[in-house]
Amino acid sequence: MPSPQYPIVQLQDVKRIYTLGNNKIYALNGVSISIEKGDFVTIMGSSGSGKSTLLNMIGCLDLPTSGIVKVNNTDLSKLDDDGLTAIRRNNIGFIFQQFNLIPTLTAIENVEIPMIFNGASPDTRRKKALEMLKKADLPLEYASHKPNEMSGGQQQRVAIARALANEPPILLADEPTGNLDTKTGHNIMELLKELNAAGTTVIVVTHDPLLEEYSHTTIKIQDGEVIE
Amino acid sequence: MKIIDRLPSILKNNMYAELAKRNLKRQSVRTILAAIGIIIGVIAISSMGILGNSLKLSVTDSFADIGDKLIVSPAPGEDSITDKQVDQISKVGGIESIIPVSSSGEVVEYRKDGVDIQSYVAVYNIEKDELENLVELEEGRYFKPGSTDCVVGSSIASNLELTPGQKIEIDGNKLRVVGILKERGLGFDINTDSGVFTSSEMYDKLYPDADEGYDQVIVIVENIDELDAVSEDIEERINKKDELVTVFATNVITESLDDVFRSISIFLMGIGSISLLVAGVSILNVMLMSTMERTKEIGIMKAVGASRKDILKMFLLEALFLGVIASTAGAILTIGGSYLVMLLVVKNTSYLFTLSSMFYITEGFFFGIATSLVGGMYPAWKASRMKPLDALRYE
Repeated sequence: MPSPQYPIVQLQDVKRIYTLGNNKIYALNGVSISIEKGDFVTIMGSSGSGKSTLLNMIGCLDLPTSGIVKVNNTDLSKLDDDGLTAIRRNNIGFIFQQFNLIPTLTAIENVEIPMIFNGASPDTRRKKALEMLKKADLPLEYASHKPNEMSGGQQQRVAIARALANEPPILLADEPTGNLDTKTGHNIMELLKELNAAGTTVIVVTHDPLLEEYSHTTIKIQDGEVIE
Repeated sequence: MKIIDRLPSILKNNMYAELAKRNLKRQSVRTILAAIGIIIGVIAISSMGILGNSLKLSVTDSFADIGDKLIVSPAPGEDSITDKQVDQISKVGGIESIIPVSSSGEVVEYRKDGVDIQSYVAVYNIEKDELENLVELEEGRYFKPGSTDCVVGSSIASNLELTPGQKIEIDGNKLRVVGILKERGLGFDINTDSGVFTSSEMYDKLYPDADEGYDQVIVIVENIDELDAVSEDIEERINKKDELVTVFATNVITESLDDVFRSISIFLMGIGSISLLVAGVSILNVMLMSTMERTKEIGIMKAVGASRKDILKMFLLEALFLGVIASTAGAILTIGGSYLVMLLVVKNTSYLFTLSSMFYITEGFFFGIATSLVGGMYPAWKASRMKPLDALRYE
């Protein structure tokens, strides 16, 4: 793999401070990390450690109180809502613990959603959605099923296919195995590993130490600071 | 402009439409209730409009004139309009035709099955060509100049059961009925429905003692907007020294009738719009609830790349669908309902299919859609402004 000129994700002295009444809560207190293209990173930490806040920063869902977040060498603080949306749409695929599929849509339609916002034609969308479902190892007979007609593992595969839809360079997964049994969880992690091997940067946030073995790099976070 | 340009792509990207459809179906009872609000509003506003319009048409239909005429009659104290005065009128510009008319009241006798029937009518002396200008024939033909022919108005014909070819008798003179006129309604000029029209030779024979000159002169103007100007001009020319003639513009009555019915229509439609306003509030309520319920979904959409515009578009499309479907139903129900009401109550459905009635239905239709869109605007805006992170965390 050719080495990139810059890290795909870069955080410099990022602070995220919430004010609760008179108390200031430092969800992130001066975090500086950089993640190289093609890496498989696990961000480990207990609940309340700030790991989800960190993930939301990288995913352009939240902005830092101070410090710089760069995704694909773009400084997020310089972007407006539309700009952040564009970064999310083109660079990031989200995978959630709760799967977060749209309940009224079938599996394949859920995968089509990000492509709609990208302006893809209906034909391209449908074709590519099928391709992504195949990539995520969902048996194709489930393509026309609604989320409530599928198991947790199947739903997570649909969610992964959706995350892959716009072929983003970064996959962000927030406790992707949290709602799955051990065996299904393992399969999902294997899938992420495969996708990583194919070139996608994968960032997984978890409190589960077992997931560490799938990744190349582990970042440990505690009380809003990187400890390892 | 921008939205209109992009409309084809919105429709082609039919997942938006698909999403809107499914979201409306998801809360079908609520959607139906909101739609009923719009349907009632559309029905109210368009049927009130049609009601006002039909009211107006039913009254104005009984008048023959559309108001393009001036009636010049002798001023109080004067006996008749003289040939000289007619000549003066003819010098005024903007006049299409001048129809001098003489008339006398008469008892018409008609013998049928050995029984004498008498009826009071007006006998008019009016040129054949000019009569043709004023009223059409139902059957038969117009009288020939110099003959003993006559044509009769529709109400005389039906009262006396006349058909062309029969004879009527006036003061011992027999007149042959050669034509029957179409019903014309109440006129400001002459009442053709209860008139008998014959040639001037025959008229002179019937009334050898009649005054010189005419009882009235009907002036038809070229352009209805110049009615008042022509009227003033005639008065200026003839009433220079003394008040010799009175000029009456027929549009005075139709104009004030128009005003009255315009007010009635506006009032009725005002009542209709209140129900549409209520419908708008209910749409607002429904859409607000639906954005609250779907907060998390909006967060997901934003996380996977939906911009504010996309979210706005999605919710507005929902409101638009609701509006179009409900307004279409409302328009169809209005047409069907009005047809039934008119058929059963008025027994005349022709007023429904006039341009102005259709206009009120179209107006109701578009007001319904607009109400729905306005009601959906705030919720859509609110949804689009949600912060993705907050929306995602919403349970």
